[in-house]
Amino acid sequence: MEEIKFKKIDDGCIVYATGEIDLSNSHELRKTILAALKTDSKVEVDLSEVSYIDSSGIASLVEGLQFAKSHSKSFVLSNPSKQVTAIMELARLDKVFTII
Amino acid sequence: MKEHLIKVDELVTHYGDRKILDGVNLAVEEGEIRVIMGGSGSGKSTLLWHIMGLYQATSGSINVLGKDLNKIKFHEKHELLRKIGVSFQNGALFSSMTVGENVAFPLTEHTELDENTIRIISRMKLEVVNLGGFQKLMPSQLSGGMIKRAALARAIVMDPKLLFFDEPSAGLDPVVASEIDELILNLRDAMGMTIVVVTHELDSAFKIADKITVLDQGKNLLTGTVEEVKNSDIKRVQDLLERRARHDTIEPEEYLKRLTQENYTIS
Repeated sequence: MEEIKFKKIDDGCIVYATGEIDLSNSHELRKTILAALKTDSKVEVDLSEVSYIDSSGIASLVEGLQFAKSHSKSFVLSNPSKQVTAIMELARLDKVFTII
Repeated sequence: MKEHLIKVDELVTHYGDRKILDGVNLAVEEGEIRVIMGGSGSGKSTLLWHIMGLYQATSGSINVLGKDLNKIKFHEKHELLRKIGVSFQNGALFSSMTVGENVAFPLTEHTELDENTIRIISRMKLEVVNLGGFQKLMPSQLSGGMIKRAALARAIVMDPKLLFFDEPSAGLDPVVASEIDELILNLRDAMGMTIVVVTHELDSAFKIADKITVLDQGKNLLTGTVEEVKNSDIKRVQDLLERRARHDTIEPEEYLKRLTQENYTIS
């Protein structure tokens, strides 16, 4: 993963993940998402620049959703690439996440 | 041209004095599903085990993910094996662990992910193989098809680049066998895995293979697309496809030796 960027919006923030997310860096994505959810009521993770995501990366997103649900916050994913969508569909997570 | 993730050259192997593989060549491209077919005793499982580095060959070379298995150092082999998933014929699940623990095992052994992440990943893999919610069961409580699927979940839990699958459909009813075939295709398409499947199930081979390698008595008979294999005029290939019994020519001297010599082994 090259870099994680933020953009503050009115009622929350957008987390921009980029590059490859795998075992070596998925913990950073997880930490960032959970930190954002602690301070904002609405978090969007933009996946448009993610070229590859492995299971640990997907698990980070699931942990974000788990935290958001248990704290009544909003957590959505946006613009997943074909590869990310295919992995989501394989695990049937496309039915679990709100994807915009 | 795509990269070869597996390259086997002139592989010769023995069990004791008995020659099993006799100059086998194999080249598998990235993202390919390669089926290795052949009758019982043709050497197909042996070839798989050698590619996984489980046995030492008599001669020849095996290159897997850019590493020469004859020259690989111990720590490099450890790294290499992390990128390889294997689903064994009988499942090889640990009988003392639950299904969930079996699937999570590679992650607990080889990563430093925290417990919650490991739980999510392993359950996600159980969902992929249609065993969602079965994590608390013991292997002894599973049917044959469920054991195969649990073993597959464990094999893919580390997102391997290379997946080996030994007899995925053996002993399964046609519906479950077909589900496993679909899964193999989905894993390649969604995760870009390169998959080597050993099978003697023709329907399965024809459904999933990009290319088929047919082995017979330790030798390559043919490597080709499904159509090329179906249209092959090699008699032994046609015997396999049409399930015709093998009728080897009997050599009386050799036959008598087999019956009478105390220390006889096939060479």
